[in-house]
Amino acid sequence: MSIPRFWREIRQRYKGIGTECGVCNRVYFPPREVCPDCGRDSLGDMKEREISGKGKVLTFTEVHEPMPDFEILSPYIMAIVEMDEGVRMTGQLVGVEFDEVKNGMEVEAVLRKLGEESPSGIIYYGYKFRPCR
Amino acid sequence: MKEKKVGIRGYAGYVPRYRIKPEEIGAVWGKDGKMMGAALGVKSKSVPSPDEDVVTISTEAARWAMIRAGLTGDNIGAIYVGSESHPYAVKPTSTMVGAAIGATPDMTAADYEFACKAGTAAFQTCMGLVGSGMIENGLAIGSDTSQGAPGDALEYSASAGGAAFIIGSDDLLAEILYTTSITTDTPDFWRREGQAYPSHGGRFTGQPAYFKHIMGCTGKMLDELDMEPSDFQHAVFHQPNGKFPMKAAKKLGFTKEQISTGLLVTRIGNTYSGAVPLGLAAVLDVAEPGDDILVTSYGSGAGSDGFYIKATDGITQVRESGVPTIEEVIKDVKYLSYAQYAKFRGKIKRGG
Ligand SMILES: [Zn+2]
Repeated sequence: MSIPRFWREIRQRYKGIGTECGVCNRVYFPPREVCPDCGRDSLGDMKEREISGKGKVLTFTEVHEPMPDFEILSPYIMAIVEMDEGVRMTGQLVGVEFDEVKNGMEVEAVLRKLGEESPSGIIYYGYKFRPCR
Repeated sequence: MKEKKVGIRGYAGYVPRYRIKPEEIGAVWGKDGKMMGAALGVKSKSVPSPDEDVVTISTEAARWAMIRAGLTGDNIGAIYVGSESHPYAVKPTSTMVGAAIGATPDMTAADYEFACKAGTAAFQTCMGLVGSGMIENGLAIGSDTSQGAPGDALEYSASAGGAAFIIGSDDLLAEILYTTSITTDTPDFWRREGQAYPSHGGRFTGQPAYFKHIMGCTGKMLDELDMEPSDFQHAVFHQPNGKFPMKAAKKLGFTKEQISTGLLVTRIGNTYSGAVPLGLAAVLDVAEPGDDILVTSYGSGAGSDGFYIKATDGITQVRESGVPTIEEVIKDVKYLSYAQYAKFRGKIKRGG
């Protein structure tokens, strides 16, 4: 990933900034320029919306063939989480063992290291999910 | 000493859930780890997951502290993060924490280093800025993911964790009534630029280093305040191991009961810059309005910062914020084998 791209997405990655359609109030993450439901009506009416970070596990799986940067964590759990705002986000589940995870489990977004450019390059931070305390 | 009332509006601590026991470390090096742990007064130490570092630990603590204070990022005028394990040698941790809590760009920030007392240096800076009216609220963080060289005595205690404090003037849950410091040039513990692990002066880290500064600073503060150890309900001393703070407390005239709440090292190890802030956070979790709290940090190199803190009526209100207490955070534990620990801490690398 290029440094400018990472930098542009920092707020989205660290703080979960998405968008909300001003017409139908649907929330999107990652941010969208246009609401797929409202189409042209939503043009110029998409507002920034911070995702609360709280949600429920919709579905999850254990990954044994890790993506680059995730090798050291292997095996790890990936989940699709339905956020309180209705939007779905995909991320790693941390702070929990695979056999303890259940659909519907309440989780919250936490900041973690997602990888690095190289040992001398920049470090990529972003959200993962952890069971609510 | 200052213009405006200064104190703590919000606080929280975070400690990674992974632990390793001294006997597990000792077994790898042909040493009696259990005895080593008993000698250090450390039953287990926290270990960060490979995706955790000072930025993520600081952010977890800072986010919870903001919830507890009921503040948002735009209320924060300064962020100082004290650590000896900032992930970058050049690029401030405080900027990333600032972005993660939404405090950027209208704020000032810097990272601090002063071995284990960098966190309390951040406290004093925020106190100065708030007390003089330059900012309304500042975020002071002490956080570390410290490492000891494999096989070194430090490997049994060097651990990970941190705590964040919002220093402000209004809606205080504890007032900081006084601070004082001592600083000397003492070569007890150091790490040269580019070196992966620190070096230390062995037994030299005790009497001329830890004890001289902790006792000197605490004694000076008690004199200046004209107070006695028995005037305090709680005391928190830097805790590189379980033995030093017990010995220092006893010599100074503090009881075991006064220091037990803030003494976390036996369960989580030495969290370096996080140690005193986490100990203070644990005390604030249980303090009653009006409780007097004494805090003395120690950083090698060397120096100590002392604080006199008084809990206000606000202390009990913040307990309904849903933010976990230190006890709740550190009771979530997952033990590691030495092999898992070595993998987590990058002591073994994956091929290909
Ligand atoms: Zn719409």
